[in-house]
Amino acid sequence: MIDVPAFVNALTFNAGYNTAIVAMGAILLGWAGGTVGTFLLLRQRSLVSDALSHATLPGVGLAFLVMAWFGGTGRFLPGLLLGAAISAMTGLACVEWLTRRTRLNADAAIGAVLSAFFGFGVVLLTVIQSLGIGQQAGIGSFLLGSTSGMLRNEAVTLAVLALIVALLVFYFRRPLTLVCFDEIFARTSGIDIRRADLLLMFLVMAVTVTGLRVVGLILVVALLIIPPVAARFWTDKTTTMIFASGLIGAVSGFAGTALSASVPNLPAGPVIVLVAALLFVISLLFAPARGIFYGLYRARAFSRKVHRRQGLLAILRGEAIYDSDTIKVLKADHYIRADGTPTRTGLAAADNAAREEALWTVYLHDNPDAAYRAARMRLDPIAERLTSDEIAELEKHFAGPPSVSGKAGTGFAIR
Amino acid sequence: MDELYVGLVLVPTLIGALAAVACALLGNFLILRKQSLMGDAVSHVVLPGIVVAFIVSGSMSVGPMLIGAAAAALISALLIELVRNLGKVEPGAAMGVVFTSLFALGVVLLEQSETRNIHFDVQHALYGNLESLVWLAGTQAGALFDPEALADLPPQLGRLVFSLLAVCLFLLFFWRQLVVSTFDPVFAQALGVPVRFIGAALISLVAIVAVTAFEAVGAIITIAMLICPAAAARLMTNRLIPQLAWSVLFALVSAVAGFWAAGSGMALLGSGFSVSAAGMIAAVSGIILAICAIAAPQRMGARS
Repeated sequence: MIDVPAFVNALTFNAGYNTAIVAMGAILLGWAGGTVGTFLLLRQRSLVSDALSHATLPGVGLAFLVMAWFGGTGRFLPGLLLGAAISAMTGLACVEWLTRRTRLNADAAIGAVLSAFFGFGVVLLTVIQSLGIGQQAGIGSFLLGSTSGMLRNEAVTLAVLALIVALLVFYFRRPLTLVCFDEIFARTSGIDIRRADLLLMFLVMAVTVTGLRVVGLILVVALLIIPPVAARFWTDKTTTMIFASGLIGAVSGFAGTALSASVPNLPAGPVIVLVAALLFVISLLFAPARGIFYGLYRARAFSRKVHRRQGLLAILRGEAIYDSDTIKVLKADHYIRADGTPTRTGLAAADNAAREEALWTVYLHDNPDAAYRAARMRLDPIAERLTSDEIAELEKHFAGPPSVSGKAGTGFAIR
Repeated sequence: MDELYVGLVLVPTLIGALAAVACALLGNFLILRKQSLMGDAVSHVVLPGIVVAFIVSGSMSVGPMLIGAAAAALISALLIELVRNLGKVEPGAAMGVVFTSLFALGVVLLEQSETRNIHFDVQHALYGNLESLVWLAGTQAGALFDPEALADLPPQLGRLVFSLLAVCLFLLFFWRQLVVSTFDPVFAQALGVPVRFIGAALISLVAIVAVTAFEAVGAIITIAMLICPAAAARLMTNRLIPQLAWSVLFALVSAVAGFWAAGSGMALLGSGFSVSAAGMIAAVSGIILAICAIAAPQRMGARS
């Protein structure tokens, strides 16, 4: 299966000049796709890139035919990419036009454009095949990409293109961020929304066209969609998310090309996508900010806190506890014995719980707008959430000797 | 009638038309429910389904292929819902993550398994090979009434008839529930219509049709047929039944004109070769949509 020395060589850029250049290109491409994709995701237009990438095919075919017509080889990469870019922009214009000028929704417009353009592209591909011009082999690789048959100057072209896109994203990150979050504020700060959107689409197009030869037009959207969705699990901050997404993309590109170089019959494009998918699954499960396991852990911790607090208050009121979860939590903390009677520490904790509840009640009375936050905060020890000055201020409400008649023996009423 | 015509032109055209009509009928509801891209996702994941079915069953026979593809379609629908709900990701992005990952998995499995040595490749999966679905026995005189010759019909024809029938029966029996849950899901829920069941049934039918159509005409034309005719029909009228009728008409015109243009049309233009019929059908359906977007009476809908 996997050839370990070859894999290590590929990872350390020692598997030959071409492989190293392709790997550099894939890293830069992954970075560019991840960062551009973040804006696309935040603008909720991820699948527009699907229409864009499928719409490149007729351009590639036409460019090939035109170049072959003029006696060229037809396989000249910059020419093919230019054709791809032009027809991608045409496809994008069609999507925009359909959603703006007709009643069709964006999803229908995207689906219609991608399938019709792709169909036309397939027609052109079969035309090229039956014309029997030589060197048509390079054309098929635009569908699923390939790195094995790549010429040196092609690899260099792609690496340079990816670098330019990565730099452009870095340069324009601020206006793009603003447009994603607050259109009105962006407009008042002097940013032309339409131009920013156009710029974003131009960058998406650039990533797509650069990725065509490596990843293929069907899968290149994955570079724009998977890394940002994965990055979203790790953070709520835009700048961090852009960075994380670029990193996930770059790692996918790197590991994908290295794996592909060291295992026979393993095309780079799909492997890059699968590495990204793996990183996505890891993020979905384990990321601290929004991952599933951390979410479950937090939910469990919160429910334990609720059971503990309610159980302690019940002990204080001398009520019997029936809820098995509550009993389990209280027993684990040694607040009650096996027969359900409270221990000494349990009574003390109950006393303290009543005190904290009372303090929080006063706090909320004084700060009603903190109610939402306090719903979770009030289950933690109050000293962790409020400063000692604040607590002292709250305790003044309970000054004076504890009265036997009105309030409970602790001096703090349970309201 | 020329017998060659029946076997070499009429049968593939009929297959294309059946696939187009079955897709177009369902496409109307996908578009109205803003789920057009589910068709896109489902047709992409058919590939890994077929590859896995081949690896598991070890044969290229049809049964496992259909089961594998349908299972993959349903699993992908499930995964999309899962990613959407667990990750709180917007539906478009969730779809993009799932179908690209599964498609990549399909390609890798295809390259790594024995499948690549057999007559099956990704290109074939993408744009089918409608031209090869000919009825050779039909080129003899009187074949239409000869049971032996009829048994030689491409099996895809029968399967497409079956799935078109399934679509028609679904529309017939669940018409009211489907319509009300499409236009007003909340009201439908209040009426006691099983909204979720209807939605799942619709996606399953799309999967079944996508699988049978995919086998005959490839994934891309399946997407085109699910979306383009129905989208064009949506621009023609405000009423649902006329919209269905328009979409069927557009689907038929795309299939017939596309197949003709790919073969005879190219010959008329003086070129000695023919081009991909599936690609041409998709392109024609796109042209029909473009014409409707420019000139159809209801192209602006309520906005006009």
